[in-house]
Amino acid sequence: MAVNEGFASLSNHLFGSGMAVYSVAMLGFAAEFAFSRLGTRQDEAVVVGDEAVTSAVPAARTSAERSAVLVGASTAAPTDPAVSPVSGGGDPTDAAAARAREIEAVRRRDRAAHSLAGGDDPQVPARARWVGRIAVGATVIGWALHLASVITRGFAADRVPWGNMYEYSSMICLIAVTTFLGLITRHNVRWLGVFVMVPVVLYLGFAGTVLYVAPGPLVPALNSYWLKIHVVGAIVASGVFLVSAVTTVLFLVKERWENRLAEVATGRAEASRAMQNRGGIVMRLPSSAALDTLTYRVIAFAFPIWTFAIIAGAIWAEAAWGRYWGWDPKETWSFITWVCYAAYLHARATAGWRGRRAATISLVAFTALFVDYYVVNLVISGLHSYAGV
Amino acid sequence: MTPTPSSASSIRAAGLDGADETAEIDETAGQDAGFDQDTATRRLPDGHADAAPAVRPEAFDPPPRSAGAGTGTDPRSGTKAEPGTAAREEAPPADGPGVTGAPATGASPVGRSGPLAFAVRSWRQLTSMRTALLLLFLLALAAVPGSLLPQRNINPLRVELYLNDHPTLGPVLDRLSGFDVFAAPWFAAIYLLLFISLIGCLSSRIRWHARALFTAPPKAPARPGRLPGGSSWTSPLPPDEATALARGVLRGRRFRASAAPPDARRPDGSPDHSVAAEKGYLRETGNLVFHVALVGLLAAVGFGSWFGYSGTTLVVSGDGFANTLISYDQFSGGKLVNTAKLQPFSLTLDRFQASYQPNGEPADFRANVSYAPDLDTPTRPATIRVNHPLVLDDAKIYLIGHGYAPHFVLRDAKGRVVWQNNVPCTPRDGMFTSTCTVKIPDAGLAPVGTRHEPQQLAFSGVFTPTTRLDPTRGYVSIFPAATAPGLTITGFVGNLHLDEGVPQNVYTVDTRDMKQIALTGPAGADRTAQVLAPDNPRQRTLTGLPGGLSLEVDSVAEFATFQVKADPAKREALVFAVLIIVGLIASLRVRRRRVWVRAHPAPAGGSVIEIGGLSRSHGDGFATELADLTTRVRAATEPTEPTTPREPGAGATAAGTAQASTAQASTEQASTEQADEPATGKQEH
Ligand code: HEM
Repeated sequence: MAVNEGFASLSNHLFGSGMAVYSVAMLGFAAEFAFSRLGTRQDEAVVVGDEAVTSAVPAARTSAERSAVLVGASTAAPTDPAVSPVSGGGDPTDAAAARAREIEAVRRRDRAAHSLAGGDDPQVPARARWVGRIAVGATVIGWALHLASVITRGFAADRVPWGNMYEYSSMICLIAVTTFLGLITRHNVRWLGVFVMVPVVLYLGFAGTVLYVAPGPLVPALNSYWLKIHVVGAIVASGVFLVSAVTTVLFLVKERWENRLAEVATGRAEASRAMQNRGGIVMRLPSSAALDTLTYRVIAFAFPIWTFAIIAGAIWAEAAWGRYWGWDPKETWSFITWVCYAAYLHARATAGWRGRRAATISLVAFTALFVDYYVVNLVISGLHSYAGV
Repeated sequence: MTPTPSSASSIRAAGLDGADETAEIDETAGQDAGFDQDTATRRLPDGHADAAPAVRPEAFDPPPRSAGAGTGTDPRSGTKAEPGTAAREEAPPADGPGVTGAPATGASPVGRSGPLAFAVRSWRQLTSMRTALLLLFLLALAAVPGSLLPQRNINPLRVELYLNDHPTLGPVLDRLSGFDVFAAPWFAAIYLLLFISLIGCLSSRIRWHARALFTAPPKAPARPGRLPGGSSWTSPLPPDEATALARGVLRGRRFRASAAPPDARRPDGSPDHSVAAEKGYLRETGNLVFHVALVGLLAAVGFGSWFGYSGTTLVVSGDGFANTLISYDQFSGGKLVNTAKLQPFSLTLDRFQASYQPNGEPADFRANVSYAPDLDTPTRPATIRVNHPLVLDDAKIYLIGHGYAPHFVLRDAKGRVVWQNNVPCTPRDGMFTSTCTVKIPDAGLAPVGTRHEPQQLAFSGVFTPTTRLDPTRGYVSIFPAATAPGLTITGFVGNLHLDEGVPQNVYTVDTRDMKQIALTGPAGADRTAQVLAPDNPRQRTLTGLPGGLSLEVDSVAEFATFQVKADPAKREALVFAVLIIVGLIASLRVRRRRVWVRAHPAPAGGSVIEIGGLSRSHGDGFATELADLTTRVRAATEPTEPTTPREPGAGATAAGTAQASTAQASTEQASTEQADEPATGKQEH
């Protein structure tokens, strides 16, 4: 099985250009953030700073806070066309109308809290939004180049393009970007772009330098039907888990911020400068509740795939070694990863564990996944170590 | 654990949002929707009440929360004790099977007696979700040393090395089962506890789910239209007809829908015209299948390790073996394996073929065998390759190695054959340079000396399949195939100590009581070492052995090493594994949702119809679905004639206004999200 040098170098060039375009996209996403901060700072005169802070507290925790929110929201109400028909319909002093307004305010607040769109989208200047859209376009182009790089790599070696760690890493990034693009077709998650592209670009850089090997034939032990399925499953799940790790970190950041806001709102703390600047990047993130939900969904999507990958691996191990499970280090860490993500799903269903604690578990699980891929292959040796660098 | 009547099961707090998006859930409106007061007190904090452990299968129910309590998705509920949650966590003690743990388990008859109460409490604690979470974590943690320390079941040699290198730490770790983590009692304790917990929680969840499957969905709240996404309209039909039609529509959309019986009454005494519908039971079913399959998988794994065995055996081309304990060079069986009754198959290696790439890398190995699956069955041919074992019921025969077995013939001075055999040589490198050890205990030589020392022969040699003379390393092999076989050999005579009952390594010669023989062969006379070429009839015989014996290496056979593995529960394990995936997908993908329709008699004749619903899991498509259902129910109950907007004041009480506005707002929400406008504008005043 000769290596096709033409395809091999084409693949490397596509990889390089894909990475370059991704970097452009990353900068674009970052610029959208930066521009929108500038934009809102100019707007500050219009928006009453304090009220903005107060109404930004998404879901109140105490009744005291709640009334604060309600007040904040209902002062805003008259300017809102969605509410005016209601208040206009009856006597404004009518208790029912007031009640209706309150309900509506709570509902709107709640929707905002769960919406995946970044905070205060309408206030983003058009210029910034354009930069964001261009960044999405760049991501798509980079994705296409990246995909082509993976495919040509397969042609170069005349086999499936997932046979060593360079190829795994490249595929994991491809899946992570695919996940992001998949999400963006269904929700307005452009804010996620920069946070996905940064790890992807770093990771690809690592893969292209440290892990790079020239294309070559597969080690015979890897040359099996089930193994290919198993590896694809593992790669897809890992790429999606990578996105969940990103959203988990964002959740933790946003959650901390919201807690601070709540303290400010109840007068227990002073608003910091960052808050008066409307929080910059953090402010642009969706609410922690929405991030939490997004994380859950992403993990719930990847978990069955990971489960499948483990089972496919067991089937292959049974065919190759005569036992489906043998606690080889790679198997052990896949198991640990699986158990941790199962724990995450349980935590989400357990009072007192969702939110920050569940997020911690999600990060622990992702760490286990990382160990599974890198520490096990590079440091601990086992039956799987022929997977090679 | 007394089961609550089905009506009570209706409103349980559950993680309505719990797992997912509750964008739609507006708790104020939820409260407004008027779920029955009695049921409201039965609310649990979450799907899986924790402080109060038991798991609620219907962990799904209308929103119990006060506006301030935050939604369930509210991540903060985990970190800060919000008043609402706290109150709920200390939840109502004595009702519902779900509610346990709390100090006063008054409803339970066993609640009173001390030790029993303790046992019940411990059991509930064990079967709680929180315990499961903890045990899952412990399990992950406990598996870590298994990957960091060498393990006996994987690589016993590395364990020995480790023990040598760490004389103080090693034995301590050994005593803690550090080198047998996955067989350690503490590891077993964790997973057994986890599975006991799982079985405990499953048994009540299965009962609950079965009940939910066979009873009507929970009754409609007083004002379903006030639920998020809900709406209302007037219909010329009388309430009972309207509800019957609504039920038909919901059934048509494959909801399980049941209408309140004709004589049903609301708590306030008014007639109850309502439909309760539910869909997505598959979610919980899938979840239960998943967890049950986990238990099944563990059982299959355990069963397999008790009743399974594995053995390795080396077979020279032309020879065979039968599946009996003595055929194996190495055998390990589970605790409950009856070694006298192994599956009675037999197998003969007819031919072994290996092919190599030009650089000596292996390309393909195949063992052509004939086998008989049972005692008196005819033999059949088969080919065993790497990764392609021969499957015989529970047993699989793997090809795990191969090598060369030169054929040695010992003749006496008259040329009669004294002994002959194929002797397998152990491969040492990729080019199949192999070590050969030949022991001939009965060469026909008379014992010598006063102690009658036996005179036995032994030879040790190096086999090289493609032989070249390397100036520095002597005879080496440059290719794995036997194109120019050579055997560098030395001989010994003396006492092998073979007959003394002490087990010996067949691959080494114990030369304590032996002396080297001066050999005559292709290299000349009286040499300690000779090089034989089995392919060349004139260069393959050693003479000059004691007693006029001669040794010829007249051919080279190949041998294959087979490993027989039997795991009688493998198929079951696979079935459970598949169920795990199927259950998981159903459990994570299916949405469980409820829809209610209620008709009130309108003062001006006809009725006011309200519709509303809740989704437990990803709210994603629910708003669309509800909007679609609303359109359909509306079309069914609002026949042809154009509807006139309800007149303000006609039937609108203060509450009515609020309701209308909610409905309007909700519709607006649905339409913004889905661009589907079922009822917009109709209620605008
Ligand atoms: C052997 C260990 C276990 C594993 C690997 C495991 C795994 C899982 C997984 C992956 C889910 C996700 C499905 C979903 O979110 O709907 C789940 C859900 C669930 N598990 Fe387990 N589980 C185990 C033990 C237990 C135990 C002991 C309990 C009883 C307390 C339990 C109760 C539940 C419940 C109630 C759900 C549904 C959660 C929800 O509705 O969101 N599990 N489990």
